[in-house]
Amino acid sequence: MIPVLFILIPLISGLALFFFKNEKTAKSFALFSSLITLAVAVSGLTFLNDNKFLQYSHGWLSFLGSSFAVKVDGMGQILCLLTAISYPAIFISTWKNEYHKAGNFFGLMMLEQAGLMGVFVAMDALLFYFFWELALVPIYFLSSMWGGEKRVRATFRFFIYTFLGSVLMLVAIIYLFSQTKDHSFSIESFYSLGKVIPGKTQSWLFWMMFLAFAIKMPVFPFHTWQPDLYEQSNTPTTMVLSAVIVKMGVFACFRWLLPVVSIASFQWGDVVTSLAVIGILYASLIAIRQDDLKRFVAYSSIAHIGLMCATIFSETEIGFQGVMIQMFNHGINILGLWIVVEMIEGQTGTRKISELGGLAQKAPSLALFAVIVGLANLALPLTNAFIGEFMMFNGIFSSDSTRYHIVFTALAAISIILVSVYILNMIRKVFYGDDNQITREAKDIKWNSKLVLSVIVIIIIWLGIYPDSMLNLTRSLSESILKSSDVIHLLSGK
Amino acid sequence: MNALIISAVWGVLMMFSGILLKRHFLIRNLAVIGLVVLLVSDLLEMSGTVFFKMDVKGMILFDRFALFFDAIIFAATLIYFFLSAKDMEKIGVNYAEYFALIFFILCGITLVASFQSLLILFLGVEIISIPLYILTGSEKKNLKSNEASLKYLLLGAFSTAIMLMGIALIYGAVGSFMSQQITIAKTPYSALLIAGMILLLFSMAFKASIVPFHFWAPDVYDGAPTVFASFMATIVKAASFIAFIRLFNDSFGGMKPEWQMWMAVLTAATLFIGNITAVFQQSVKRMLAYSSVAQAGFMMFSLYAMNSDATEGLLLYIAAYSLATLGIFAVLNKMNDHTFDGFNGFAKSQPLVAAATAICLLSLAGIPLTGGFLSKFYMLRAAVNTGKDIWLVVFAVIMAAVSVYYYFRLIQAMYFREGNSHTVQFTQPFKWTMVAVAACVILLGIFPNLLLYWLYF
Repeated sequence: MIPVLFILIPLISGLALFFFKNEKTAKSFALFSSLITLAVAVSGLTFLNDNKFLQYSHGWLSFLGSSFAVKVDGMGQILCLLTAISYPAIFISTWKNEYHKAGNFFGLMMLEQAGLMGVFVAMDALLFYFFWELALVPIYFLSSMWGGEKRVRATFRFFIYTFLGSVLMLVAIIYLFSQTKDHSFSIESFYSLGKVIPGKTQSWLFWMMFLAFAIKMPVFPFHTWQPDLYEQSNTPTTMVLSAVIVKMGVFACFRWLLPVVSIASFQWGDVVTSLAVIGILYASLIAIRQDDLKRFVAYSSIAHIGLMCATIFSETEIGFQGVMIQMFNHGINILGLWIVVEMIEGQTGTRKISELGGLAQKAPSLALFAVIVGLANLALPLTNAFIGEFMMFNGIFSSDSTRYHIVFTALAAISIILVSVYILNMIRKVFYGDDNQITREAKDIKWNSKLVLSVIVIIIIWLGIYPDSMLNLTRSLSESILKSSDVIHLLSGK
Repeated sequence: MNALIISAVWGVLMMFSGILLKRHFLIRNLAVIGLVVLLVSDLLEMSGTVFFKMDVKGMILFDRFALFFDAIIFAATLIYFFLSAKDMEKIGVNYAEYFALIFFILCGITLVASFQSLLILFLGVEIISIPLYILTGSEKKNLKSNEASLKYLLLGAFSTAIMLMGIALIYGAVGSFMSQQITIAKTPYSALLIAGMILLLFSMAFKASIVPFHFWAPDVYDGAPTVFASFMATIVKAASFIAFIRLFNDSFGGMKPEWQMWMAVLTAATLFIGNITAVFQQSVKRMLAYSSVAQAGFMMFSLYAMNSDATEGLLLYIAAYSLATLGIFAVLNKMNDHTFDGFNGFAKSQPLVAAATAICLLSLAGIPLTGGFLSKFYMLRAAVNTGKDIWLVVFAVIMAAVSVYYYFRLIQAMYFREGNSHTVQFTQPFKWTMVAVAACVILLGIFPNLLLYWLYF
C-alpha cells in the first residue's frame, strides 16, 4: 500500500491545491500533505518495513502487456525518503517567500512529487516511462511561470532536451518489449533479456536509453541546460530539480540500464566513464571561476553527479553501495547549500560572490551552517559525503570491468582538491573578510531556516558516523544488480 | 447500412429545413438530432439491429471495423457541432445548407469506410470531395476562401483522375473491381496491376495530405472558413485514412512487399516536412494545418505496419487526434487574432478554456496520460513489431520531439506571456464542452480499452 500512498497523497492534494485562492492556506495545506508523505515514508522504513506493505500490483492496460506494478525496494526507500524529506524542508525554509497564484505553485509542486515518487517505485517499464514523462510536465510549468527574466527560454531548452531523450528511450523500451518472451513490460521480463540480446543490438539500445538518463543527470556533454535553468528558476523549484530530479538519471541507470542491457553497459563502460571524468574536471574548474552562487552550485552538482556516473559503470559492489548512499547524501547536502544561497539572496538581494563579504559577523548562525554544509560537500571525514565518496573511489579503483581504473581514479580524485578550492574559496569570500555596502544591513536567519538546517546537519553527521543505517537498506539490492549485470564471466567463457 | 441511408435522407431534410425553419437555433437542433439518430442507429447496427436490408452485391460490407469507425466519426461530429455549429452563422446566409453538406459528407464517409469494390471507393471519395469544395468556398466575399476553393477543386479533380486511371488499370489486370478478386492476383504481378496500385497510392496520399502530395492542405485549411477547416483537418482526414487502410488491407494486402518501402519513404517524408514546416509558422491556423500533415505521418505507420496493432491504433489515433484538434480549432475560431501573439495572456483571462486547450496540445505532442501518447505508442509498437526499419521509428520520435516546439509555443503564449486576449468571450456551454473534450482526451490516455473494447465485443 505504501507506494500507492506515495503517489496518491501528493497527487490528490496537488489537484486540490489548484482551487486554493488564499496563499497562507495553500502553503499550510501543502506543508501538511508533505509531512503526511514523510510520515508514510518513515513508517515504511520502520514498523511497516515488510514486503506485504511495500508492494502493490493491479491490472492496467493489460492488453498492452503492462500493469500497475509498484514496489519500494532498498533504492526506492532511500530515494522516496529523500523526496519526502526534501518537500517539507523546502516549504519550511522558504516559508516567507511570496508567489503570485500560490495555489497553482503548490499544486504543481505536489504533482511533481507524485511523478517523482512514481518513477522511484515503478516496476513496469511502461509505467516507469509514464511517470518519467509526467515528472517533466509540472517542472516545466513551475520553472516557466516563476523565476528570472529568461526563464521561459531556459526551461524550454531543458524540456526539449529531456523530451528528446525520453522518446528515444521509449523506442528502446518498445523494442525490448517486442523481444520479451511473454510480451510484457514487467521488470522481470526485461531483466531476463540482459544476456540474451546480442551485443550489437544492445549497443544502440544502450545509447538510446543512456541518452535519456545522461541528459537528466546531467553528464558532460549533455549538461548545458542545467546552469541556465538553475539560475533562472526560483529557489524552491531549483531545490526540487537538484535534490531529487537529477537523481532520476542515476537511479534509472541502476534499475533500467545495467541489468537490462548488461553486455552493452560493459562494452561502453569506458566511454561513459571517460565522459563522466571529463565532466568532473571540467565542471569543477568552471565552478572555481563562477561568480553567481546559483551557477556555482549547479556546476558543483555536475561534478558530483559525474563521479556517481563513473562509479556506476565500474560495476563493483562497494561502488554501487557508495552511489546509493551518495544519492541520498548529495540530495541532503545540496538542499542545505540551496537554503544557504536563498538566505544570502534574501538578505542582500544579490547572488554575486564578488559583491558579498563579511556575512559571518552579521549572520553568525547562517555562517556556521554554511560552513558545515560546505565541509560536507567537500567530503570531510565524519560527514556523510566522505563515506559515499570514499566508497565510490574505492569502487572505481577496484573495478574489473575496465583496464583504465587507475587512470580514472587518479583523474577523478583531482576533483577532491578542486572541490576544496571552490567551496572554501566561496565561504571565505562570502562570509569572511570585511563587510561592505550590501552586506552591512544583513540580519541572521529566522527560526524556520534554522530548524531545517539543523535537521540537515544532524543527518549529515549521523550518516557520517553511522552510515550502516542506510547501507543496510541497499546491500542485497546492490548485490543482485551486480549479479544480473555482471557479464565478464559470460564474455570470457566464450 | 442504417447510417448510410439515414445520413443521405437527413441531408435532404436539412436542405428543406432552410426553407421551412426560419430560426437558426431550430436548424441547429435539427442537425444535432440527426446526428444523434445516426449515432444511435449505427450503435444499434453494431448490436445486430439493421433497419434497412438491401442487396448490394457484396460491394459494401458493414463489418465491425467500419461500423465502429463510423461511430467514432459521428461522435466527433457531434462534439464538433456542440463546439462550432454556432460559428457557422458568421460565414454566410445559407445556414441550413452547410449542415446538409456535412450530412452528405458523412454519407460519403460511411461508404469509404466499408467499400468492397473500387467503384464504391470512387463514389465515396467523390461524395466527400464535392461538398468540401463548396464548403471551402462558402465565404463568398472572402478572396482567400475563393482561391482556396478553386485550388482545392482543380487539384482534387486531378487526383480523382489519377485514381480513376489506377482503377482502370487494375480492372485491366484483374478483370474485376472487387477487393477479394484483386487480393488473390498471382505473383509475379503484372505491370498493369503494379502501376494501378501506385496510381491509387498517389491519389489516396493526396486525399490524406501525405508529403509530397500535401501542398494543397495548408493553403486550403488556411483559406477555408475556420469552422470548416477544423472539420476537414479532423473528420475528413480520418475518413481518408480509413479508405487508405481499407484499400491496402483488403485489396493489396497480399502485395505488401511491393508497397511497404513506398509507405516507409512517404512516412518519413511526411513527418519531416510536416514538422519542420510547422516550426516556422506564425499563424496558429497554419501551424495546425502543418501539424495535421505531421500527425498524418504518424498515422501512416498503421499503413506501413498493417497488422492488428496498427488498425486498433489507427482508430485510437483518429479519436484522440480528432478530439484534440477539434478543441483547439474551436478555441481558435473564437479568437480575433489568429497568430501566436493573439493567445498571449489567454490563461489569465480564461483559465478553464486555457487549461483544456493545453491538455489538447499536450495530447497532440504525445505526453503520457493523454490519448495522444497511447495512440503514438500503438503506432510505434506496430512498426517495431514488424521487426525491420527501426530507423523509421527513431526518426519518428525525433520528429515528435520537434513537434513539441510548436505545440508548446502556444502553451507558452497562453501561460507565460502578458497580453490582451481577454477581449474574447465564451459562453458557459462552450466552456464545459471544452472541459468535457479535455476529460475525454485524458480518459483515452488512461483507459483506452473503454474505446477499443467496442471493436471486439
